[in-house]
Order: sequence, then structure tokens, then C-alpha cells
Amino acid sequence: MEASQEVVLRVRELSKSFAGIRALDDVQLDVRRGEVHALMGENGAGKSTLMKILVGLVTPDTGEVWLENQSLAGLSLREIRDRGLSMIHQEMLLVPELTVAQNLFLGRESRLLGWLDNRKLNARAAEVLSRMGLNLDPARKARDLSIAEMQLVEIARAISTDARVIIMDEPTSALSDREVAVLFGLIKGLKARGVAVIYISHKMEEISAIADTVTVLRDGRYIATHPAAELSESKLIALMVGRELGTLFPETVSAAGAEVLSVSGLTRAGAFSDISFAIHAGEVLGMGGLMGAGRTEIARVLYGLDQPDSGGIRFDGQAVRIRTPREAIRLGIGYVGEDRKASGFIPKMSVRENLTLGSLTTHVRKGLVSASSEGEAVTRMIESLKIKASGPEQEVVQLSGGNQQKVVIGKVLLALPRLIILDEPTRGIDIGAKAEIYRLIARLKAEGCAILLISSELPELIGLSDRILILAQGKQKALLPASEASQERLLHYAMPA
Amino acid sequence: MENNVLTYRAAGPLLSLRRYGLLLAFLAVCIGLSLTTPRFLTWQNATIILTQVSINALLAFGVTFVIITGGIDLSVGSVVAVSGVVAASFAHPDTYPVIVPVVVGLLTGLAFGAFNGFVVTSSKVPPFIVTLGTMTIGRGLALILSKGRPVSNLSDAFNFLGGGKVLGVPMLIWILIAVFALCAVILRKTVLGRYMYAVGGNEQASRASGVPLRTVKMAVYTLCGGLAALSGILLTSRITTGQPNAGLSFELDAITAAIIGGTSTSGGTGTMTGTLLGALLIGVISNGLDLLNVSSYYQQVVMGVIIIGAVVLDSLNQTKKA
Repeated sequence: MEASQEVVLRVRELSKSFAGIRALDDVQLDVRRGEVHALMGENGAGKSTLMKILVGLVTPDTGEVWLENQSLAGLSLREIRDRGLSMIHQEMLLVPELTVAQNLFLGRESRLLGWLDNRKLNARAAEVLSRMGLNLDPARKARDLSIAEMQLVEIARAISTDARVIIMDEPTSALSDREVAVLFGLIKGLKARGVAVIYISHKMEEISAIADTVTVLRDGRYIATHPAAELSESKLIALMVGRELGTLFPETVSAAGAEVLSVSGLTRAGAFSDISFAIHAGEVLGMGGLMGAGRTEIARVLYGLDQPDSGGIRFDGQAVRIRTPREAIRLGIGYVGEDRKASGFIPKMSVRENLTLGSLTTHVRKGLVSASSEGEAVTRMIESLKIKASGPEQEVVQLSGGNQQKVVIGKVLLALPRLIILDEPTRGIDIGAKAEIYRLIARLKAEGCAILLISSELPELIGLSDRILILAQGKQKALLPASEASQERLLHYAMPA
Repeated sequence: MENNVLTYRAAGPLLSLRRYGLLLAFLAVCIGLSLTTPRFLTWQNATIILTQVSINALLAFGVTFVIITGGIDLSVGSVVAVSGVVAASFAHPDTYPVIVPVVVGLLTGLAFGAFNGFVVTSSKVPPFIVTLGTMTIGRGLALILSKGRPVSNLSDAFNFLGGGKVLGVPMLIWILIAVFALCAVILRKTVLGRYMYAVGGNEQASRASGVPLRTVKMAVYTLCGGLAALSGILLTSRITTGQPNAGLSFELDAITAAIIGGTSTSGGTGTMTGTLLGALLIGVISNGLDLLNVSSYYQQVVMGVIIIGAVVLDSLNQTKKA
């Protein structure tokens, strides 16, 4: 599919400072009709500020944006949307109590007062959805949808506004592989109709699969624009970080020690059944599978967040029942969950308070929390994990995704776990932070920690694990040494029968 | 991250405005009143204000614990009445030593609080509804136990608690200072205090970090009930009667003090100093309006405007930070 040469969105000399700090510095962008234009850059490169300016949330200091040769300066959010520039948000913006159809047309009901004809609305919604190839009942309430379905409704909403340019910010972060395929199909359909897509993602495979053009930002500055086909992954990474990263996965020696945890016949109805495996000290056991294969559900049971229906768990050779996360922590199990925002950290609390939340009782002297003992542990962890914060008192919510993740990992480490469960530890963080997390995993492994690594990124799974367990639809499909694993082979096992 | 860096910078002055804004408002009101009414800035008037404030402040400390964890307690006003009536029934002269009514009164409030905590932690009923229920139960029990009549004829020792003076300073003020210090230490220096903020800030993440949710919630509601009972006992002692109708709508004053003091009703933030300042500000304003001969009807309007103003300021602050 050849993109036309006609520029539909033009950005020139865009600069924006907040409180004296340059977020964007003389940025340019040309998006052509019918192309998928990937916008790449590490966290902090200026992507989100640029997007906020495009949709009218933020006013630039200098520079201008033209949509189809008309300046967008001074227009409101709604006016910009009506001119044909829509954004699909990373966070779901659906109203839970409204139906799919009502959400689709929210804010675009024909009259403010007057009857809303739900039947007509549903029919129109069904038409939009089927045109997109989505099999969704328009009368379902949004709160009953899966995260992936919500995201698809979001996309449908943008498409149905007759947008010329659609911005997608990490649209696949919550989608399964099959839903990603549906989304990519949708994007191809959009391209064919001349709609341009600005696509923001950290996932390299997606960029090479879908993007026509790539623009790279770094530290708020425009770096380069290239046709996607001419960019190798290593070149792209070099542009983003401004240097060569070397090998992403650190070399490690496999030196598995004594068994730390084993499960046999572990079953939780509706989630997974008959799972058996063991993890040893100094070993990384990778757990792969598609979304909904039961990986997170197993992790939750091992951490006491859910209870198994049958099967046994042994820790250090002893049969154990883990009823709460508190008991899991006491045994020596740490868990870094997949949803950082929802269950990883306390946004209003400082880096210090978050870091020691799981080990606070060890800092108690005479009934009170000892500031010096706590402070020492915090300083040590900030240094050890290279957490970039203005200081221990900065609120975690103000950190970048990668640093938030480090705080969550630091909290788990301070409780001195012997088994760490990492559930999608690099989701949504930039490549530099990813590499650091990889090195950390290697370091923990060398120190004799047992690690259960859950990841949807197959290269990550193969590059870091000693052995890999593949699940499909709640069943254990394979347990093989990483040396025998290839992406094709893992995918073969992971596909539902 | 570009936003993070800059909002952090931008948050600096705003945060300090928030931290000291209340203190500045309090000082401004005091200065204004001492310029307009000569009777305001006197030792006598100051002790009057502090004694008036103390009952509400004790309640507000308890409510602050609860609100920080993301809950609410509407029952404190009724607990004031029921524990006051219970204490009074054991405080007649020549019956029990003064420790008995105090302990029994406190146990009454602790039991109420524990009941609130138990229902909140073992059901999915929102704290608002649970404590609305116990508010009604408490009021009913106070009327039943007192047969609807004030319980009077209390011992001198008991009446000393809320009415006496030590070193020329009313007992109420000494107790206020001691309880404030204790609550501030619990909140800032203990594991329990840290867990309160964690639970209110993100319950799911707290659980995953090993915070015992149930224990924390039980603790805050029980503490709140205990502090309400202490208020009830002191109020009874001060007015030398156990009144079944005492403490009507006190829960609203207590919540107001906490909110003006910067405790967010969405949980996870708040300080005891803020709450104390909030209670003092309310006390000073109503005292000042009294001195200025403003009718109590107008005082209510003023208080309402202050509540909304405080919350609006707080929400503006939150949006700037987001």
C-alpha cells in the first residue's frame, strides 16, 4: 500500500517549556494521507507533549500545527476533533454504565434534549462495528467488556467520527495477539480509506509490521524521519537512545541450585488446571503463552492473592498453604505484578514510603519506625537500582514508567525474597530501562534468587530464561530448556488447539 | 517523563502553599479578629476557644484516621452520646472510683468502633452506610439507656475531668495536647500509620505489598470509636450530665475540621496538624463571629462557604499536580 505524497498533518517549529524546562524544542512532523506514521522515542522524549499539543490539550509556546493546510492554533479540543483529528487514549475513557452503542456516540447525540432512540443507536453502532469486522453486541454495557474489547470500542469511536488523522498511543498494550491482528487489520482498512495513523509504541515488532514511516524524538528534539523499511531495529534503537546499546540480554551462566518452589497438579477452576513445575535457586523459569492462557492467574495463586482449588505447593520442600500476600512475603516470595498502576505502587506516597512498604516492620525500633534505618535501606536501593528521582521524597507517580517499575521491584527486593515472580516486568517502559531490568534479573540470578518470569515478549523470554514453560488455555503445553526454544516453536505451543 | 519533571517543579510552591496556607489563613483570621475586637486576644478568650475546640478536635483526630484509609465514620456524634450516658451512669457520687466510668465509657466507644470495623471489613457495604446505621443505633441506645432523660448528679472527681484546671490550664486543653501528640506519633511514626496512608492511597497495591488490610481498618475504626468515647466522657463531665441528645451532628463538624485541614476524602492524605488547625480555625471563626455579634444562623452559612472553599482549593491543587 503506497502512501500518497499529500501531507495531511504538518507540524513546524513546535516548542513548549513547562516551568523553564524544555519539553519540546523545535519539533517538526509531516504525516501523509493514508500512512501509518510511527512516533518513537524513549520515555521523556516528548511524544506525549507533542500529542497533547496536537489534540489541543496543551498550547505550544511557538510553532504551529496545520491539518489539511488549516492552522489548528487556538482551537478547542472539540473543534480539533470535529476537523478530523482523533486520539485513542491509553487509559480507557468509556463510561462503564453505558452500552457499547451509547459510548460509541457519546457527545455526538443529535440533539441535546429530546428522545434518544436506543434501537436506532444500536443499529448504527452495529453497522460501524461490523464494518470494522468486530463481533460485539452494541447493547452490552461497557463495564462488562474486557480491557481489549474496551480498547476496540475506543478505536471504533475514533473511526466513526470520520477522522482524517487518528493518534494511537500504545494501542496494543492490553491486547492479545489475536486482537492485535484485528487491530492491524483495522489500521490497514483505515489506510486504504486515506486515513493517516500516528502510531506510538515501544514494541519494535509492531513498528516493522505496520509502520510506513518512523519519526524519532529524543530529549524533546526532532531527530530524524525515515521510511520504516530502511530502518533496522538496531539503527532505530541507536536513534532513540543516541548511542548503541550493545546486546540487550546479558550473558548469564546457568547454575541452578536447590529447589525453592514446586507445584504439582495445581488447579484453579476456570483459570488453569494440572500445572506442575519446579523452580531452583539461581534459575530463571520463563512462563509464556497468549493473553488469557492462565499465567497471571498462576502467579496470583503462588502469591496468595487467589486460592487454588486443588494441587499442592511446596516451598523449600515443605508443603505450604499461601492464603495472603503477607504469608507469601513471610515465606520469601516476592511479586511484581503486571498492572503497575493498579497494584504496584501507592501514587500519593513517596519513593521512600513505597520502597519500604513491604518490609517496614524490619525498621521498627521501640515501637516506632526508625527514620535512619529506613533511610539507609532506601538510599541503598535507589543507588543499587539506579532509580532516577529527585530524591527519596519525590512522589512515585511523578517518575517515568521505567523508574516506577524499579521502585516496585525495589520494594519487593527489600523484603529479601528467595523467589521473585515478575509478571510482564518490562511492559510499557522504554528500551533503556528495559535493558537495566534485564541486567537486574541477571544479577539476582547470580545472587541465587529463583525467578519466575512471565512475559508476552518471546525474545525476552528466550533471552533471559533457563527453562520455559508454555501455557495455552490454562493448560501446561511444554516445559523446555531455553536453548531449544525458538519464537516459532514457542508460538506453536502457545496457540490454542 | 517530561511532564513529571515539570509538574514536580510546578508542584513545589503549590505544595508549600498547601502546607502553610491553612496556617496563614488561621493567623490572618486571628490578626483580623484581634484588630476588630479587643476581647479576642485575651488569655481568657484563648482558653475558651481551646476548651470549645477540644471536644471537636478529639473527634476529628479519630475521623482523620478513618478518612486517610479511604473510609468515613458518621457514627462519632452518637458514640459521644452513648458513651457519655454510659459513663455518667457509673459516675454518681459514692459509687465507683472515677476510673470506672472512664474505662466503661471508653470500652463502649471502642466496641462501637470495632463493630463498625468488623462490618466494613467483612462485608462489601460502604463505610458511609455502615456508620450511618451505627449512628442511628448509637443514638437509640443512648436514649434507651438513659430512658430519654439526662443522667445527672455526677461525682466531683468525674466532673473535674472536663471542668477542672491543672496549673491554671483547663484539663481539656492538657488532654487535647496529649491526645494530639499521641495521634500524630501514631500517624507519622508507626507502621500502623504508614499502612493507613497506603490503604487509602491504593488498597490493591497495599494488599499486594503485604499490608494487613483487615487489621488496619479494624484499628482505625476502633481508634475512632475510642476517641469519640473520650470526647463523650469529657463533654459529659464538662456539662456535668450525661445527655442522650449530646453530640448531635458532631460528626459533621469533625469531618469538616479534617477536610479543612487538608485530609482528602478520597483517602491517602491528611495530617493531624492539619486537622488540629482545621478545628482551631472553625473554633476561632465561630468565636470571632460570636464576639462580633453575628447571629448563629449566619455562622452556619459562613462555615459552609469555608468547607466548600477548602475543598475547591484542594481539588485545584490536585488538578495542577495531575
